[in-house]
Amino acid sequence: MSKVLNILPEKCTGCMQCELACSWVQTGTFQPSKSLIRVNVFDEQASYAPYTCLQCDEAWCMTACPTNAIATDRATGAKLVIDQLCIGCHLCTIACPFGTVFTLPESDKASKCHLCGGAPACATSCPTDAIEYVEADQSWFGPWAAKVTENYVNAVGG
Amino acid sequence: MNPGEVEAGFSKKEMDMGGWTGKILRVNLTTGTAVVEAIPESWMKDYIGGRGLAAKYLLDEVDPKVDPLSPENKLIFATGPLTGTPVPCGARYMVVTKGALTNAITTSNSGGHWGPELKFAGYDFVICEGKAPRPSYIFIYDDRVEVRDASQYWGKGVNDTEDGLRDELGIPGLRVACIGPAGENLVKFACIMNDKHRAAGRSGVGTVMGSKNLKAIAVRGTGGVNIADPEAFMKGVWRMRAEMKDSPGRKSFAELGTAATIDMTQAMGGLPTRNFQQGQFELYENLNGNTIRETRLVANKACFACTIACGRVSQLGDAADKFLVNMHPRNWRHAGEGPEYETAWALGADTGVGDLDAVLKANWLCNDLGMDPISMGATLAAAMELYQDGTITDQHVELPLNFGSSEALIRMTEATAYREGFGNELAEGSKRMGEKLGNPDVHMGTKGQEYPAYDPRGFQGMGVAYATCNRGGCHLRAWTPGPETTGVFDPHETAGKAEWVAAEQNRTTAHDNTGVCLFVGAANGPLEKFVDCISAATGVSYSYDDVLRIGERTWNIERLFNLRAGLTKADDSLPKRLLKEAHKAGPSAGVTVDLNAMLPVYYSERGWDPEGVPTASKLAELGLA
Ligand code: SF4
Ligand code: SF4
Repeated sequence: MSKVLNILPEKCTGCMQCELACSWVQTGTFQPSKSLIRVNVFDEQASYAPYTCLQCDEAWCMTACPTNAIATDRATGAKLVIDQLCIGCHLCTIACPFGTVFTLPESDKASKCHLCGGAPACATSCPTDAIEYVEADQSWFGPWAAKVTENYVNAVGG
Repeated sequence: MNPGEVEAGFSKKEMDMGGWTGKILRVNLTTGTAVVEAIPESWMKDYIGGRGLAAKYLLDEVDPKVDPLSPENKLIFATGPLTGTPVPCGARYMVVTKGALTNAITTSNSGGHWGPELKFAGYDFVICEGKAPRPSYIFIYDDRVEVRDASQYWGKGVNDTEDGLRDELGIPGLRVACIGPAGENLVKFACIMNDKHRAAGRSGVGTVMGSKNLKAIAVRGTGGVNIADPEAFMKGVWRMRAEMKDSPGRKSFAELGTAATIDMTQAMGGLPTRNFQQGQFELYENLNGNTIRETRLVANKACFACTIACGRVSQLGDAADKFLVNMHPRNWRHAGEGPEYETAWALGADTGVGDLDAVLKANWLCNDLGMDPISMGATLAAAMELYQDGTITDQHVELPLNFGSSEALIRMTEATAYREGFGNELAEGSKRMGEKLGNPDVHMGTKGQEYPAYDPRGFQGMGVAYATCNRGGCHLRAWTPGPETTGVFDPHETAGKAEWVAAEQNRTTAHDNTGVCLFVGAANGPLEKFVDCISAATGVSYSYDDVLRIGERTWNIERLFNLRAGLTKADDSLPKRLLKEAHKAGPSAGVTVDLNAMLPVYYSERGWDPEGVPTASKLAELGLA
């Protein structure tokens, strides 16, 4: 079984170390705007919700892509964007029910979490252990994502 | 060039340095135009950044004799090279200007997320000049810079201003630094708030902003911070994080916040109570870290890149409507940040108020109205003393200013921000208020700035620290309770204190220049442990001694500004109460501050003459001649 990111928002303090780490992986500078994990801030509730790609078993982004530019990394199960094949149509960003596929303004290509090849920088950098990298059956994320997908299918009548 | 446009900048790729963007955004508020300038490379090296580099600009560009509220004063927002990087707590920016409260140079430091955002937009500094003809705000979105109309926000609190700007501009990730009504009304200790609850709090930096008709700076940056030597940098970051992780200091900050300090100061008889008339507060347990955690804490909240998360979000809960607020339009409903130790003290022990509900509400009001809670509480405490001794009578005030009155605390906090009734006197700070009412000794501060929460009769070293701090009464330049409670020094003796304070001021100043929060020092991450990160980020190899020397250079620049502003040795003083009146009871009973024993030692330690003027040889040594 592959490992997944397990995000525990109740531990998050909103420090953005994960965004810094991820942007470093993507760009080699500290540039949160390029991070593939985003920390949503609900200030009035004092609550912070980091979110990134769930690496769905049946991935909507993959299904939507007309050029098969999103493929599964056999080692980690991560869904990877193959740059050479991406034509910048943005369909994957629309298809993803979680809003975790982004496009890069400079190339107009899709960009999404790739689990850092199995060593996720965000999880390593989080000072509060709000992001863990665990076996898929240890995460609350998977079942929840499946449920969301199911609701989505029902809602759109798929 | 059209108003609001920016002249072509230069690409940071031209530099082989990192950490710094190397760019300043200079905004002329009078004309509504902005230009981008390069920072001279040697200045970055000589000052590291932040507080020191901004002080250098201020000394070069502003006549120190200028009225702080005139258009000729400049307001500098300064980040450091480590702001916006993952060095733990690399969140800080500083506001450097001639302070409205003190008529001296001030450097007010704030965390949150605004400073890093400015870096991501591509600027180390924003220098605000002149005065806008109408209420305005500066909008920065990477290369796009505009001075825009802020009339719809004028009069609004900090929360509504930030929410309004977010709605108007519709840009996710926007960060806002702004003033509240207190800054607009030129309350002498108005602060600049960012991310709603974080404050560049002291010396009236918000007053200067208000005098420029500048309501806010809204910034969004999508760029990044480059690092000269990434590998060495990350090595340093990880080592520092590992060393901080299990330190007792970090744990205490995270668990109890800064308010944990109150137990210590109480135990030492150094918790100033009722305008420093006593050194202990019988109700201190109502205000300490434990009580806040058990009864009010909603969650910890971190500043950018912070691995401590000392910030607390607390809630008033069922007591939301316990205290009426007349003028302030926005009712307390939401969680707010704090109270910090200094706030819990100033609004609590110093005014004799032991009701946490009232302290929390006053704290929230200060944040939303944009006022420094230390000076607010301390000025009210001074007024309460004048009420106690009959100088202020019921004819002056709309309600009795008795020590311990929650009502008075809430009502006068609000009245001060709007300069309503007696609030108009409080808005001037305790020095001017005391002078006007014929009792200057009621001011418990130095250079016009009210002291924070340490009584120098419990911590002798704080006497010389307060007297010599360039921005007046302040605990952040040399915190002597550290060595005075851990066996390094006897808390009541003078020996060694002046030397320690001078060295510590250099160290904390250099620390401020980097953009890293001072609190990492208490969590096993002091300056000496991240000098390698400064070097790796900037590409300039610094030794710890180099960095300390930069702190000293900065301190002397600030001193030169103050001397040229007309300050003298007489301003390095303490109020009579600390020098002559000892507490009658408690652990600090019988102690007074012997400043005469410490000040000359301090001057000579600094290489200053007996009048406190840096000698020519000292200036030459520091490259300031
Ligand atoms: S696993 Fe890597 S790519 Fe994915 S969000 Fe975390 S840091 Fe970014
Ligand atoms: S690093 Fe961890 S605590 Fe910090 S924002 Fe990300 S998830 Fe939250």
